[in-house]
Amino acid sequence: MNKFFTAAVLVGAMGLSACTNPDRFGGAGGADGTAGGGGLTGPSTVDTTGLGGAGDPTSPQFFQQSVGDRVLFAVDQSTLTPEAQTILRGQATWLMTNSDYLAVIEGHADEQGTREYNVALGARRANAVREFLVSQGVPSTRIRTISYGKERPTATCADESCYSQNRRAVTVISIGTLG
Amino acid sequence: MMLKSFWIALGLAVLAVPALAQQPLRIEITEGVVEPLPFAVPQFEAETAGSEQVAADIAQLVREDLSGTGLFRAIPASAFISGVDSFAAPVAYADWRAINAQALVTGAVAVNGNQLIVKFRLYDVFSGAELGDGLQFAGTVDGWRRMGHKVADAVYSRITGEQGYFDSRVVFVAESGPKDNRLKRLAIMDYDGQNVQYLTDSAAIVLAPRFSPTGDRVLYTSYETGFPRINVLDVASVGRQQLTTQQGEMAFSPRFSRDGRQVVYSLANGGNTDLFITDLATGTHTQLTSAPSIETAPSFSPDGSQIVFESDRSGTQQLYIMPVTGGEPRRISFGDGRYGSPVWSPRGDMIAFTKQNAGRFHIGVMRTDGSEERLLSASQLDESPTWSPNGRVIMFTRETLGADGGPSLYSVDITGRNLQQVPVAGFASDAAWGPLQP
Repeated sequence: MNKFFTAAVLVGAMGLSACTNPDRFGGAGGADGTAGGGGLTGPSTVDTTGLGGAGDPTSPQFFQQSVGDRVLFAVDQSTLTPEAQTILRGQATWLMTNSDYLAVIEGHADEQGTREYNVALGARRANAVREFLVSQGVPSTRIRTISYGKERPTATCADESCYSQNRRAVTVISIGTLG
Repeated sequence: MMLKSFWIALGLAVLAVPALAQQPLRIEITEGVVEPLPFAVPQFEAETAGSEQVAADIAQLVREDLSGTGLFRAIPASAFISGVDSFAAPVAYADWRAINAQALVTGAVAVNGNQLIVKFRLYDVFSGAELGDGLQFAGTVDGWRRMGHKVADAVYSRITGEQGYFDSRVVFVAESGPKDNRLKRLAIMDYDGQNVQYLTDSAAIVLAPRFSPTGDRVLYTSYETGFPRINVLDVASVGRQQLTTQQGEMAFSPRFSRDGRQVVYSLANGGNTDLFITDLATGTHTQLTSAPSIETAPSFSPDGSQIVFESDRSGTQQLYIMPVTGGEPRRISFGDGRYGSPVWSPRGDMIAFTKQNAGRFHIGVMRTDGSEERLLSASQLDESPTWSPNGRVIMFTRETLGADGGPSLYSVDITGRNLQQVPVAGFASDAAWGPLQP
């Protein structure tokens, strides 16, 4: 019983760990299959601080799951919808409360566009989010933007149900310096 | 005189000539059906013991190069009446005329240590005469494919009157892994998909490599700093360094000028993307555009005086041309849909582009004034055209959609014929076709 419980907690933690930053790659944990070597299966990679973090309103998990770390856009648009603005007001409030955190806003596009244009479109979307957060009082020095164009889809099917999830701007928070 | 009789008027409408045996050899390439020119490449003579295999391989490569253009058709050896036992022996024209071989390529191969010597002669069978003088190439055994490409380039050039494109390389992005975590690395290969070598690892996203005019350097966009920046990579040493651009949040979509001294690129600041030029010698940065719209995918004209690029200043992506010295861009695309990723042709007369319309993607070409638009391909996702060094073929990316989908490279004539997949193992995208090698 006890063993089972431990395993369940570990799996749950791994799930969280894998979800904390779906748009990141190449760092520890190894998106490169040749380098990572299945790091997630070893208990050494479990982030114990993540356990139960989603319930802590100052945790990154809370930011991602309860505040909402992403906003979605219409085709070829960078205008913030009312729903997006609601989420971003929450992000601004959270960022001003948790002033240790820095934010990198990642702009993304769906695959229905040419590569260069989508990089530029992602930059537009990321900037729309940045400007909104700054307008809500978040210091611009705590925010950087990056565009991934269509290089990092989060949903992989070939219809609007996936494309709508990929046209996004994700606010990735971390403690440290903006590189 | 003979050379003239062999001339192929590529891409031009020429009066059809009845296919009589006495007529001078010529291929008519028009918008209509083309009958490929039948040619024969009998086994190359092995002049040294043990060189039979490489002799056979080189002859086969010459057949593949020429047949792959769609302009020529290799006659199978099973149809030959006689072979060519000796490179020096007189050609039995009657035997080749009987099987309607219009061009005959004979060759000889000698191997001495790691040195490889390839000789060839080209014959106009129905005129009963050699076309041009025999040529000899010397290289290494390892480089036998290049030698075969050189023979094929010489044959192509003598028959068409145009430069070939077989002894050339392509830099591209090799992709692997799942669609939502795709690994990308720069790679270089021969034009026919052979000899793939990787130039970077897959630790960071890399996009859209572009050759320098001589093929010694490659510009590309890399995320290795965490943000998109432009790198310059030396092909021989595989050493790379970041290009010092105008300061900005993101730098991407670089391309060399045709003299290799300048780089034009896009810079994004505050969500706005504009075009800049950096002079590599002086380090001077010049801002080309300053509109609130997206300006990206710039490409120099061959004479270096103008730039074609895409902009959504009209509300959707369209193509524009402007002088490198600045000034008002002139819109050249006016058809239905959106136009992007323009590339100026090596001849200077055409622009290749990606077109999106009614849910389909196309590769197309148009004149530099926007006239004579012609679509060469259609699929769910075609993009990123690049010109062969002679401006007769376009390579591009075709991506299949969905979770298991991925990109492959294709090539097509600028007439829209001869669409074929470039045989590369794994996913491949963003090809840039380099110059003919010296």
